[in-house]
Amino acid sequence: MTKSELIEILAAKNGHLNHKDVELAVKSLLEQMSWALATGQRIEIRGFGSFSLHYRPPRIGRNPKTGDSVALAAKHVPHFKPGKELRERVNAGLAREKGLDAPTF
Amino acid sequence: MALTKADMAERLFEELGLNKREAKELVELFFEEIRVALENGRQVKLSGFGNFDLREKNERPGRNPKTGEEIPISARRVVTFRSGQKLKARVEAYAGSEQ
Repeated sequence: MTKSELIEILAAKNGHLNHKDVELAVKSLLEQMSWALATGQRIEIRGFGSFSLHYRPPRIGRNPKTGDSVALAAKHVPHFKPGKELRERVNAGLAREKGLDAPTF
Repeated sequence: MALTKADMAERLFEELGLNKREAKELVELFFEEIRVALENGRQVKLSGFGNFDLREKNERPGRNPKTGEEIPISARRVVTFRSGQKLKARVEAYAGSEQ
């Protein structure tokens, strides 16, 4: 599912909102989430998951073409931890496809 | 201080003039539709932000950390998030160390 498909689904389910508003809302949500992470804030969505930053210390990397060493500065990378409901539903989906019982946790 | 659904709905109310109930429902549905896609085995690609991918894990041996008892961890499907280039670049620039 892409961002535009998500917008279509949300617009279809919110007949009272016009399409443009749904599109602006989805873009606003993604921008709010990006902004939060870019300013070092966590995002916590119960039943979905949480986003946080993981620290990567500075290191000496290599240019794969020339083999030269390059000093790489410390940085942060985004990290997502799925919430319990998301984990369980994704797993139940797998079990449904395979005709198995959902695994226990 | 973390960003929550309530914060996001408040912003939709302020920025787009959705009423508070509509804004709250839309935020709820936004996350729900992502969950629905993932539970149906579909990858979710949100350009500029990142992709939610699905990975299948085989059964592997595990242990109950309390009792030390060996119990197999069953085969499962897990969600992983890969941030997009744009988000990575924005986050890399963050110099703080609160986390």
